[in-house]
Amino acid sequence: MPEIKMIIQHQVGLHARPASLFVQTAKQFKSAIKVTYGARTANAKSILSVLALGAGQGAELDIQADGEDASAALQAIESLIAGNFGAAT
Amino acid sequence: MKTLHGIAASRGIAIGPAFHFRQADLRFERLAQNDAAVEWARFETALEVARNQLIHIRARAAAESGPDQAAIFEAQTMMIEDPELLAAVQAAIQEAGLSAEAALHDSAETYAQSLEALQDEYLSARAADVRDVATRVLRVLLGIGESPAARLAVPSIILAHDLTPSNTVLLDKSLVLGFCTAAGGATSHTAILARGLGIPAVVGATAQVLNVAEGDCLIVDGERGLVLVEPDAETTRLYEQRRGRTAAALQHALDRAGEPAITADGRRVEVVANIGNVEGARAALEAGAEGVGLLRTEFLYLERATLPSEEEQYQAYRVIADLFGSRPVILRTLDIGGDKELPYLRLAPEANPFLGVRAIRLCIPRPELFKPQLRAALRAAAGTNLKIMFPMVATAGEIRQARAIVAACRAELKAEGYALPDRMDVGIMVEVPAAAVMADQLASEADFFSIGTNDLAQYTMAADRTNTGVAPLASAFQPPVLRLVKQVIDAAHARDKWVGLCGELAGEPLAIPILLGLGLDEFSMNPPALPLAKHIIRSLTMASAREIARAALELGDADGVQALVRERIPALNVDGPSLL
Repeated sequence: MPEIKMIIQHQVGLHARPASLFVQTAKQFKSAIKVTYGARTANAKSILSVLALGAGQGAELDIQADGEDASAALQAIESLIAGNFGAAT
Repeated sequence: MKTLHGIAASRGIAIGPAFHFRQADLRFERLAQNDAAVEWARFETALEVARNQLIHIRARAAAESGPDQAAIFEAQTMMIEDPELLAAVQAAIQEAGLSAEAALHDSAETYAQSLEALQDEYLSARAADVRDVATRVLRVLLGIGESPAARLAVPSIILAHDLTPSNTVLLDKSLVLGFCTAAGGATSHTAILARGLGIPAVVGATAQVLNVAEGDCLIVDGERGLVLVEPDAETTRLYEQRRGRTAAALQHALDRAGEPAITADGRRVEVVANIGNVEGARAALEAGAEGVGLLRTEFLYLERATLPSEEEQYQAYRVIADLFGSRPVILRTLDIGGDKELPYLRLAPEANPFLGVRAIRLCIPRPELFKPQLRAALRAAAGTNLKIMFPMVATAGEIRQARAIVAACRAELKAEGYALPDRMDVGIMVEVPAAAVMADQLASEADFFSIGTNDLAQYTMAADRTNTGVAPLASAFQPPVLRLVKQVIDAAHARDKWVGLCGELAGEPLAIPILLGLGLDEFSMNPPALPLAKHIIRSLTMASAREIARAALELGDADGVQALVRERIPALNVDGPSLL
């Protein structure tokens, strides 16, 4: 199963606008996408579970995708995080 | 034509159609009455309706309130579509046999609590959003419809059992002509809100209020405490005339609102405003306020899911203090508890909240709550004339403890390099009888007193001011309350401290001569009452006011006191132009 590791640089962490963008990006794909932070794992298409990760600035995320468009999904998520969510607030 | 009798809570006359503000009852059955497939279908239908409501509200918020408000509803829209939440609801319906309502409530609550457990300001706000979304769907499931405030579309007279601050914040005030409630007394929230807005109100008009048909024409007579249902043409014409005369008389007082309040024999008193936000500050300036005698800070704490930050408070206080420049602005520290709650503080329910952990009693042991406010106030006092006062003080020890926290905040801010005022006066509200009785001792600990007669009256008379049955007893015109006011003023003056009064009494035309005669230095009231109060003060002499005050203290009850003032000063008749 393809997997990437990313660090959240954005100052608000994976909250607010970055969290919305993250979930909206995940939702564009058919694959099941899981995001793990520390001991918690969330469905990347669920805003509530993503928020409940409590992933702040500097959090290291483990993101896995499973499905036909898994690598495209991870690519999209990777560029979102690497691009610092378009520096949205 | 039918006449309802209540308590005149805010002066003026309103004529318009009736609008019922009904509170939703969100009780539901926990177990499904249908089979799981039907229950799930009910849920899906309700979800779709709620989702459409949210999309609509989001568009309205974006157009009317800006992107921040719209973002809240955008987050809520994502929550209502959340696959994990929906899966949890489905499991609860199909596996546990719960009703759609219970399944949704429980699932949303689980998420809300896990977000809150992370103890982050932003995430706690989202917890409130999850609950808000769940409530929205529950309303649809229970067939209750959106918040009553959302239905108000034409200028109307609002009818309700009673209203709370969180109900009324959603009301479009430009569409509110008047209020009429079944419960409540002269100092209930509806009454205070109405006076703050300068909108006529009658409260405590009994359950008959709830039987008025929606859309019926009403006249709210805020002078006599009457509500006329479907009045005849002649009555309406007379009331329209009276409304016009009162407006003309008020205009006269308004023309001189900017001038000081000096009695006919030369004593000047300060006439300042009670406000609760920046709009109030602007209204106060327009009405001729010489400062702010009571800045309620609860507005920063209500209608939100987490505590406001120091910075947010600082900005809010700064804007208001700057508007008044060198004129005094007295900020009352957080007055929560009693009849004012903050859901996110999760305070334990109390059997007697008015006698419980409220105001300063809540703040002293909670530095995380108290210090950001004190720090924000100290910062806003730099370059302005901001003062603070503590509510619900009962003992000198409380003042010393609270002042020590202020001193600690000052030291912290200084170390952090903030600009600070050379001095910031720290006073107390005198609203607990113990504080009034011990005023001589407390005067050594506080820089000034501000008497809160609403609470002082209810505590002195042992009469709940929100209970219609004992409302006359809770009147601040009761001689025992007036005697305490005198005791407080005398004790403070003996120690060269000044005394203000920021209860409803300060703006009551019939009370002004008495308070003046007792030697009150500062009168603080809702902005709409300012011009008239100044006008009344100008028409009096200290000699006559002292005489009235002396006589009032010898009477037996509130009615006697009011009758005395009416008799001594016929111009203070409650009706129309004779007020002036």
